[in-house]
Amino acid sequence: MTTPDNLMTTSDFQSKNSLFSFIYQDSFKQMETYYNPEDLKKFGKIGEFQKELADKFFSYYGSVFAEGALTAREKSLIALAVSHTVQCPYCIDAYTSDTLEKGCSEAEMMEAVHVAAAIRGGASLVHGVQMMNKAKSLSM
Amino acid sequence: MKSLKASGHQLASSAVQLQSLHDEVADTLQLPLFHEKLQDAGLFPLLPNQPAIFQVNVGKMCNQVCKHCHVDAGPDRKEIMTRETMQQCLDALAKTSIATVDLTGGAPEMNPDFRWFVEEIRKLGRHVIVRCNLTIIVANPKYNDLPEFFRQHRVEVVSSLPFYNADKTDRQRGKGVFSDSIKALGMLNAVGYGQPDSDLKLNLVYNPNGAFLPGSQDSLTRQFKRVLFDEFGIVFNDLFAITNIPISRYLDYLISSGNYDAYMEKLVNAFNPVAAMGVMCRDTISISWDGFLYDCDFNQMLDLKVASPVQHVQNFDVDTLSQRTVVINQHCYGCTAGAGSSCGGTTA
Repeated sequence: MTTPDNLMTTSDFQSKNSLFSFIYQDSFKQMETYYNPEDLKKFGKIGEFQKELADKFFSYYGSVFAEGALTAREKSLIALAVSHTVQCPYCIDAYTSDTLEKGCSEAEMMEAVHVAAAIRGGASLVHGVQMMNKAKSLSM
Repeated sequence: MKSLKASGHQLASSAVQLQSLHDEVADTLQLPLFHEKLQDAGLFPLLPNQPAIFQVNVGKMCNQVCKHCHVDAGPDRKEIMTRETMQQCLDALAKTSIATVDLTGGAPEMNPDFRWFVEEIRKLGRHVIVRCNLTIIVANPKYNDLPEFFRQHRVEVVSSLPFYNADKTDRQRGKGVFSDSIKALGMLNAVGYGQPDSDLKLNLVYNPNGAFLPGSQDSLTRQFKRVLFDEFGIVFNDLFAITNIPISRYLDYLISSGNYDAYMEKLVNAFNPVAAMGVMCRDTISISWDGFLYDCDFNQMLDLKVASPVQHVQNFDVDTLSQRTVVINQHCYGCTAGAGSSCGGTTA
């Protein structure tokens, strides 16, 4: 039984027409996930749509991560922890590389992630007090 | 673990490595070739300065088989410099005013004529650097007195220690290497090396244990000094942060771990013209175990001899060599990335 064209699977389509399969392969690939690791390299290009604000952001960003009262190494570990808190895959990739380059040990990196996890977990649990207050106010 | 050569690996061939690097940069990544980057920076052809360092690789034999080794050294490598070739090096040196002789390998101390060679170089009044892998000092009782030998001859010791803990160090250099290295560092410290008031220099070499670039040399130095002293009572002078060059076993690691594209892209995109101006090959002559001349130890391992009528140490002539241009290829991106990299650490 023949499958109608509009119900063809991706692989059927690709094998039927090599030119189109080449074009579609790319768009199907992009549709696999919202996050594409290659996009991290394009971060600097956000200025294409709004240069002034991008320039200000990257200038600020550079200053934030420079050596200061905290070392660049300490800031990188903080950034790694925050990356996990905001669950940004680009940031996790970037600051895993950055902390390795800055000579952080794997134990230090994982401890930073635990700090993020502890704050996130604690943030939920501390609201348990609010729940307890409310429960007590409603109960005999 | 065997060397690439002993295991018949195709990357033991320098021609295969060079072809792979060219194809990777030009075809896969579609990025500029190294000479094009130099051209853009106004540095092509790359010209040498008067040589300041006479670097001699006295053999590829080593007691370690490190995963990143650009020499593909190991116990199964039998290429060793003879005393005759050493004498040719001494004759060449005597004709020049080159102040520093940098001895490397393999483990240079495993060459049976190593101590004689050091003594003869010192008689010529030249400063000697030995690139000591540390573990050789405790590998066999016959090497236990090396710290004292180094002290007597005022040798500067430069030693690889890729991390300040056992886990990362052993993953790169072999099981037990960190522990043996700490013992050896203690022995060097005990005869005065690396001590604050001593002129006996003990420098460490850091290289990343993976597919990433080294961070700030100053920051790494502070970290190494703090941990090695606090946890092991070890002191040293300087730490040289060097970039892993994508050849030989490190190239094999990059390809087999799936990091080749990203690493090469990172190196090319991190090209720094200031680092390129300060590359060590402009100040170095590198001599192989069999007496041939190269612009650096990496070119030596890729069999890229100097572009000069003088290609062997027996015909050594500084004036003729100073007319050459430095031989470059895609691996050179490793020395020009970021803060730059050389046998003495960052260059920019």
